[in-house]
Amino acid sequence: MPDVQSMVLEFVNKLRKRKIEGSQATARCTVELLRSVISHHRVPHANQASALIDAVKAVGAQLVAANPVELAVGNVVRRVLHIIREEDLSLATAAVAGLDLLDASDDDEDVNGKGIGYPGMSAAVVAAAARSTLRPPSLQTLLEGTPESATVPYTSSSGADSESKTADKSSITRKLKHDVIEGVNQLIHEIAGCHEQIAEQAIEHIHQNEVILTLGSSRTVLEFLCAAKEKKRSFRVFVAEGAPRYQGHLLAKELVARGLQTTVITDSAVFAMISRVNMVIIGAHAVMANGGVIGPVGVNMAALAAKKHAVPFVVLAGSHKLCPLYPHNPEVLLNELRSPSELLDFGEFSDCLDFGTGSGSPLLQVVNPTFDYVPPSLVSLFITDTGGHNPSYMYRLIADYYSADDLVM
Amino acid sequence: MESRRNPRAVVDPKVRQVGFFTSSQPDSTHQPDPIASESHPVASSISPSGNSLSPVMIPPPRHNSSDTFLLRAAAAAASAVSPSSFSYSTRRDFPDGSMTASPGRVSRASFSKPSSSLPGVGMDSMAAAKSSSVPASGLTTVSVVNMPPGLSEKESDQKKNSKPLKEKTTKAERRALQEAQRAAKAAAKAEGGKAPLVSSGSVASTNVKAAKPAKPSSQKNDVAVAAPGPSEKKGGQTEKDRKKDAPHPRMQYDDESRVVKAKRRAVVKQTEAKNRVELFRHLPQYEHGTQLPDLETKFFQLDPMHPAVYKVGLQYLSGDISGGNARCIAMLQAFQEVVKDYSTPSEKTLNRDMTAKISSYVSFLIECRPLSVSMGNAIRFVKNRIAKLPITLSESEAKAALQSDIERFINEKIIMADTVIVKHAVTKIRDGDVLLTYGSPTAVEMVLLHAHELKKKFRVLVVDSRPKLEGQLLLRRLIKRGISCTYTHINAVSYIMHEVTKVFLGASSVLSNGTVYSRVGTACVAMVASAFRVPVLVCCEAYKFHERVQLDSICSNELGDPNAISKVHGREDINYLDGLTNNANLQFLNLMYDATPSDYISMIITDYGMVPPTSVPVIVREYQKEHSLV
Repeated sequence: MPDVQSMVLEFVNKLRKRKIEGSQATARCTVELLRSVISHHRVPHANQASALIDAVKAVGAQLVAANPVELAVGNVVRRVLHIIREEDLSLATAAVAGLDLLDASDDDEDVNGKGIGYPGMSAAVVAAAARSTLRPPSLQTLLEGTPESATVPYTSSSGADSESKTADKSSITRKLKHDVIEGVNQLIHEIAGCHEQIAEQAIEHIHQNEVILTLGSSRTVLEFLCAAKEKKRSFRVFVAEGAPRYQGHLLAKELVARGLQTTVITDSAVFAMISRVNMVIIGAHAVMANGGVIGPVGVNMAALAAKKHAVPFVVLAGSHKLCPLYPHNPEVLLNELRSPSELLDFGEFSDCLDFGTGSGSPLLQVVNPTFDYVPPSLVSLFITDTGGHNPSYMYRLIADYYSADDLVM
Repeated sequence: MESRRNPRAVVDPKVRQVGFFTSSQPDSTHQPDPIASESHPVASSISPSGNSLSPVMIPPPRHNSSDTFLLRAAAAAASAVSPSSFSYSTRRDFPDGSMTASPGRVSRASFSKPSSSLPGVGMDSMAAAKSSSVPASGLTTVSVVNMPPGLSEKESDQKKNSKPLKEKTTKAERRALQEAQRAAKAAAKAEGGKAPLVSSGSVASTNVKAAKPAKPSSQKNDVAVAAPGPSEKKGGQTEKDRKKDAPHPRMQYDDESRVVKAKRRAVVKQTEAKNRVELFRHLPQYEHGTQLPDLETKFFQLDPMHPAVYKVGLQYLSGDISGGNARCIAMLQAFQEVVKDYSTPSEKTLNRDMTAKISSYVSFLIECRPLSVSMGNAIRFVKNRIAKLPITLSESEAKAALQSDIERFINEKIIMADTVIVKHAVTKIRDGDVLLTYGSPTAVEMVLLHAHELKKKFRVLVVDSRPKLEGQLLLRRLIKRGISCTYTHINAVSYIMHEVTKVFLGASSVLSNGTVYSRVGTACVAMVASAFRVPVLVCCEAYKFHERVQLDSICSNELGDPNAISKVHGREDINYLDGLTNNANLQFLNLMYDATPSDYISMIITDYGMVPPTSVPVIVREYQKEHSLV
């Protein structure tokens, strides 16, 4: 599968050169790439799930390393891993259920057989995985599963059972890949459709004559506002221009094109205007597990101002932006510095910027960060495609999407 | 300036009777509030008891204490201290008997005037102090005398009310009280019928009206002082005094009739911008760049306009001069030119005609660009000086005095104040500090340069914002001196705030509720700094302090050129909004200032020392007094 390898390399290059912008686009490309990785991956007869997981992990590690700041890549890789685990689990339980019908007396063995495809993994993890498949964990599985695994160490066995079982499994292998690809397709669909899902809720949050402040250019925000507009709500939007990238200009242009009352303000006027604003709506770059938000630069300022004036600070985020990591020093570690040329004219200041002056360090430094971190205490509400959530609930939402062993890749 | 007790004396007579009508009343009222004693004599002279006794009883027993207070407050401004204390202490030596007659006052003023030219400040301010406090009391006395002593039904009413206190109040006191009430009533009536400006009945009133749109506050005050002679509406005086305390309404540009009126008078034909932000209808916004050529051609037709003023106005309009101090100095220097070239027309007096002239110039300058608070204060000073010019002075003497006064204002209130501020602020910079500043405040720049000269080792973070990008100019100047700098945009301020140890900001004005009114974005920086627990120091000369209060940045502000927002200078790739400037759905808001709440500010460094924002009203009060009296 050289073609897959070249595709991966190409995508890695794109990520490295920051050719792909926006978490949604990145997420989509990543899923599509992973889908082709999975479909081209020749699954061994035994341990198909773990083989798939390893393959996805290997590619995922490359992608994450290519742009560690673009958290959506890691999120999507984890989501895919989660899908594989989940599909495998459901197949295994289906198989177990089938076996149960065949041979009810062999019950104890079959419970162990459930562990197929989870090599080197304790049953506790299996139980955790089972829990995270959105099925309510039953008391019975908890009680039965854990003590057994504690006493009986798992032995990776594939075809050690009866004849009928191996026949079943060959169909399972084919089915697993198929199911995983189905699941990944669903994920693609979900990422593509998250705007509509979020926009549907707009009407519940925007009332007549509302004044909304936004900054940065986010497609989610655009769709959200336009959805409210289509429902005949009339409201005004203040757009901070978002220097030095001026994405606010872009957003303003699109809002105006859709007939919304738009006012462009400078970033410095955010504090001055916030007292007349009813709601701040922001598109996130990523949402951390603690409920903190990484957004376009300047967001923290707006959030602080909103807090001061008790203006609701609403963050729109598709589920692919939910990151299962807890941030440490996110302002620095999850940030990216862009070219100083966006701030200063090199021609004018070139003499101060070079390192040749005496001490070896230039007199002038220019800082041009891309992102800003908003602590959860400043966020009033998250609107995701599954509905509105508190910042404190984010960890739980994240637990639904990811399995615990993928957190560290 | 007048104490707040003054209106109460009229409105709530019963309280006054109980509290103030005892024999030892001046002392008892003075005790709790020694600082207010400066203003008290006037109040007590207006109050009935003051009238019933001789005006001489206005005892300044607290002047010593207030002097020491002033000394303390002004300890920083070494130059300012001695004159003010001198003036207050000498004031006592003058007999107050001349209060009723204005000629007496004039002669006294003229006696003190020549001496003022020698050392400069002291005697001058004293004379001014005299004349400002005298007319008020003198007028009320006259009004009391003029009032018929007949009993009206109100009077009898009053009698019933005051019966229990009868044995304590003398007849004369009661009568005086009633007179005061009546006077207040008459004044209120006059107020309702006409605009207060008209009621002052001075020659200047017409010109004042012309200038009214933008800065009625200063004008009104000036008129009140400018007409010290016994005018017809004496009763209005108390009312006016009360008015003086409250901030005056500014021109609201959503009031169509007034806008039309103002337009008719305007020299500068500004075209209203079409696509405006609804929230800011009350502020003027004009098409930029259209009036300049028009005005330039008009130059030779506008003979009443002095060329120096005209030049400054055009410089404001084109934005060549910006920054509070620069604008103020330019204006004052233009006024100096005006004074130099001035000659009194026949049948006019210098005081009134010059005031009128200045007013018309000011209204021209307002048309070019709304005044800053600092300029308003400076104009108020100039007009005060003109009004206080003794009549006995010859024209050339008066002109020389005015010119030196203006010169002194520039030197003392702006240039000296800056050096004092620098001296204070430098003590706050330590080795290894990382200082953040926003925009291009002149005072802060001087502080940084001076600290660098003292070989302090520190780094400067220059935060800048669109559309003016003034920070780049500051950056240039700092780097030229070899100060290590970091430059960034205001959006990144929370990214760099981690490393900052102190934030130095400038201010266009400091309002008396502690709000700092400054270049837009200052509030953002201060807010982020306080969120990161970084101290925020504001450097501001005391002449920019104002008794006005403001809670938000919307009620009063200045709107810049909206096109500056849609076009990004030097970035041709940002052209998303190029064809949309006339779209009805799209507005651009270019705010010039914002109001920083006082809770974000750790300290204000002024020429009076380093004070917390809560002390601003104290400085405003003390300073305004000195300011108007100087």
